[in-house]
Amino acid sequence: MKSFEVTPTAIDLEEFRRRLLDNSCGAYVQFDGWVRDHNEGQKVLRLEYEVYIPMAVKEGLRIIDEAIQKFGVSNACGIHRSGLLELSDIAVVVGVSSPHRAAAFDACRYIIDEVKQRLPIWKKEYYASGEAEWVNCQHCAHPV
Amino acid sequence: MNQVNVRYFAAFREATGVETEHLQTAAASPAELFSECAERHDRLQSFSAALVAINDEMSNWDAPLNDGDEVLFFPPVAGG
Repeated sequence: MKSFEVTPTAIDLEEFRRRLLDNSCGAYVQFDGWVRDHNEGQKVLRLEYEVYIPMAVKEGLRIIDEAIQKFGVSNACGIHRSGLLELSDIAVVVGVSSPHRAAAFDACRYIIDEVKQRLPIWKKEYYASGEAEWVNCQHCAHPV
Repeated sequence: MNQVNVRYFAAFREATGVETEHLQTAAASPAELFSECAERHDRLQSFSAALVAINDEMSNWDAPLNDGDEVLFFPPVAGG
C-alpha cells in the first residue's frame, strides 16, 4: 500500500493506520505533525495551509516511492491538511510499515523531512498580536 | 516574444494582488520573467529563496521559456 493525499477535513488516524496493516510487517512507525501554540517567540492562535494540490500530490507520491526504494519498507502513506487548522489539530501524518523497525523509522523520517522541503505548501500563522505571517517568507514581499 | 501564463502563490499572490497574469514577454528564463514581474509589482521581492515550476514540473530559474508555458512562482515552502 502506498498513497499520498491532501485533505481539507480532519485526518482520521484509525482509518489511516488500517491502510498500513500488513501480516508480513512487524513494525509500524507513525509521525503526526500538530499545530503548536508558539513559533519564534510569537503566540500562535491558528494557522492556514495553502496547497497547490496537483503538484503536492505528485511530489508526495514521488517521495513515498523514493522511501520504499531507498529503505525497502513494505508500505508507506501520507496525508497533509489544507485550509484552516486550530491548535493541536493534525497538520500532517506519515505512516510506514515494514518487516523490521529500523527501516520503518528511517523511511518515516525521510518522508516527513522531504515533505517539508519539497511540497508546494505554504503556512500562514495567525498570532495573538492580531498579525498574520507566511512562515519562511519574511523577505518575499514588502509589508503593506 | 512568448505568450506565457504566470501564477502567484501565497505571499507572492498577496504581494501582487493577482493570482494569474497572461503576459507577452521577451524573458528567456523564469529568472528574467520574475524580474520583469517585480518591476510591475514593486512589493514582490527577491526570488533567491523561492521555487519555480513550469507546466506543473519543478524547474530551474535559468531554464528556457517556451510559448504557451504556464510559469508558477512559489515562495519558500513551509509544509508539515
